[in-house]
Amino acid sequence: MALEREFCKWSFCAKPEVVTVETDLLLVGGGMACTGAAVEAMAWAKATGLKVTLVDKAALDRSGAVAMGLSAINTYVGAENKIADYVGMVRTDLMGIIREDLVHSVGAHVDQSVHDFQDWGLPIWQKDNENHTVDGQVARDEGLPLLKDGGKCCRSGKWQCMINGESYKVIVAEAAKNALGMENIYERVFIVKLLTDKKNSNRVCGAVGFSVREHKTYVFKCKAMIVACGGVVNVFRPRSVGEGQGRAWYPVWNAGSTYAMPAEIGAKMVLMENRFVPARFKDGYGPVGAWFLFFKAQATNAYGEDYMAKNWDKVKEEYPGYADAPGTCLRNHAAMMEMRAGRGPIMMHTDKAMQKLAETLSKKELKHLEAEAWEDFLDMSISAACLWASFNMEPDKVPSEIIPSEPYLLGSHAGCAGLWVSGPSKNYMGAPDSWFWGYDRMTTVEGLFTAGDGVGASGHKFSSGSHAEGRMAAKGALAFILDHKNDKLEAAQNIDEVIAEIYLPFEIYEKYKGYTTAPEINPNYLLPKHVQTRLQKLMDEYVAGCSTMYQTNEIMLNEGLKRLTMLKEDATRLAAPDLHELMRAWEQYHRILSGEAHLRHILFRKETRYPGYYYRSDFLKIDDSKWRVFTISQYDKNTNEWKFETEPYKQLVK
Amino acid sequence: MPSFVIVEKCDGCKALDKTACQYICPNDLMVLEPVQKKAFNQEPEQCWECYNCVKICPVQAIEVRHYADIMPLGSSTIPMRSSNDITWTIKFRNQKTVKRFKFPVRTTPEGTIDCFKGFTLPSDLADLKKPGFYTGPARTE
Repeated sequence: MALEREFCKWSFCAKPEVVTVETDLLLVGGGMACTGAAVEAMAWAKATGLKVTLVDKAALDRSGAVAMGLSAINTYVGAENKIADYVGMVRTDLMGIIREDLVHSVGAHVDQSVHDFQDWGLPIWQKDNENHTVDGQVARDEGLPLLKDGGKCCRSGKWQCMINGESYKVIVAEAAKNALGMENIYERVFIVKLLTDKKNSNRVCGAVGFSVREHKTYVFKCKAMIVACGGVVNVFRPRSVGEGQGRAWYPVWNAGSTYAMPAEIGAKMVLMENRFVPARFKDGYGPVGAWFLFFKAQATNAYGEDYMAKNWDKVKEEYPGYADAPGTCLRNHAAMMEMRAGRGPIMMHTDKAMQKLAETLSKKELKHLEAEAWEDFLDMSISAACLWASFNMEPDKVPSEIIPSEPYLLGSHAGCAGLWVSGPSKNYMGAPDSWFWGYDRMTTVEGLFTAGDGVGASGHKFSSGSHAEGRMAAKGALAFILDHKNDKLEAAQNIDEVIAEIYLPFEIYEKYKGYTTAPEINPNYLLPKHVQTRLQKLMDEYVAGCSTMYQTNEIMLNEGLKRLTMLKEDATRLAAPDLHELMRAWEQYHRILSGEAHLRHILFRKETRYPGYYYRSDFLKIDDSKWRVFTISQYDKNTNEWKFETEPYKQLVK
Repeated sequence: MPSFVIVEKCDGCKALDKTACQYICPNDLMVLEPVQKKAFNQEPEQCWECYNCVKICPVQAIEVRHYADIMPLGSSTIPMRSSNDITWTIKFRNQKTVKRFKFPVRTTPEGTIDCFKGFTLPSDLADLKKPGFYTGPARTE
């Protein structure tokens, strides 16, 4: 290490007030998963007599990935579909390696959450008696049956249904708030470290964080915990590096806390090499799903050629057995063939699709169609609508460009990075013994549960599936607490030392800020944005980001690891002048650990399992003989070492 | 600078118990300048343009000047959110094309969700290890 290790001795910054909160079940995160966990856990409050507490780094009404709203619920199985087909779709899309016990159980529960959303007031588009599409308010005004009573939703694809989802999160949050009571919700408190038990280092017993509003530390002591704070955004250099870097496809505040905090106490992670590279409307990142599935638009290369039709035989040849149905990464792969050959940009022909639909529609229906097209953006990525307005583009008159974005790490969308968790029950659907260790969605650390983006090897949950999975995890966690009622827990960590470590960036800033004339340039420390840009640059250049067209190899990865290792050392010299920056400092630290897991997993898996998401140029094929396995890693914080193992994939659902 | 605050309109939410935009911003960007008592966006390059500050501002003092590295100047996208619907007015850069849309946001009155009403809450603790939620059973297939 280049610089001497610093310690916070409170010589330069004031010690914060310490608030200790004792609870039974602690929910870390306020998105779909933890709001789901909150309602389900509180339904059991009377029977269990257990206390539930939720802590969110933002405000519950508008936190998490659904903060802006959504225009569709992407997972609703519905009476017309079979759960087995849902599992089959997820298996195909995630290239043959998923935990089918986890995916199947999401499929068995998810519709209940959707029905509850509709009860709570989420407007869901429906089909009326003449099979016309009506919005969620008209559906209620016309007295159409609710989905749970046999009402028909408006499908945009086989599994998706359209909603008027501007207030989706507000509604789901309101249910959670009213169930929990505001006295059990801590907003604007950012959890950064987990505590383990003195007698059992593999048992979680608390969490420490700080208020981003006042100079206060929070120490939560608990019997069990659900950590679900989303995926990882801005770990790679984004395509827009100015103000536009805020317009990430996934929420820009997702900092990898879900992976980094459990990893630091030894929780095993799975398939962290997986990523999601969404192909979206360029720069505004508007959703493409409705355009492909609902409006039936076609995407082509610069010369009007349908890249799917053109390249699909080649894709089948390259990846035999995996290209029978077009999965998300292989669709990207087909588009990237055109881009690499210099035949970009890829264009979405919204104009032709709208003009085709207009041929059979009345003027009124056409007006409605236009509103639907704009609402799709306004509900969930407003900037994409603004981009049309700022370029004078009307989607029914001109096409729009789409582009594969920077990589994101997540476990709930079309990706499956995350933690290795227990299945729902012993030998669920014939699952091996090694997939169940007592409690649904418990990580390999006792008492530590996760859901949504946190659960690995089980993608395509989206908002509704994450909510349902949070509810399942809550039941598992309550059962765990009741089975371990007599455990006396005591933190192994010295709380004062943990707090001192958390505020070290304050101490460092105050200690050194006077040394130079410009606080941004100082040889003794790095500011959070310095660390972020350095991480983004190395991930982009060495770990298959946009600038190499998602390609890497062993030598590049090792070079990236060298840089990342030094960055991790330098992160102990993060400096923060205020609470906002202290939050940013720890977000960067969580991003570094998540990025390291991603890099090491890509290094470990010597094949290209997800063409179109990333390419190992030294192993371009899919190699089922060796690699149709779960890759599982475990980080040891004390030795700073990573251990890898594999677990065979097993198909449970025909 | 993504979301921006109009000096003349912002009153720092002095009549409320908290500054609305500061309360709601999911990324902790909006802060109240202590002397002038006006809000501002402290980290524009981390703004998701989620419009939650725009929607919540009680005096319509917040708008969005879109990402400087992406979008030409001159267009505007203004929401008016009520308790049950939202109206969008979108003006193009050419100042001629204007689109107006109105969408429902919820079908129940604000604050009325009682997620336990009408349900028999579970009492058999053994059910914690079985499938299903308090609002209904899991599908079996």
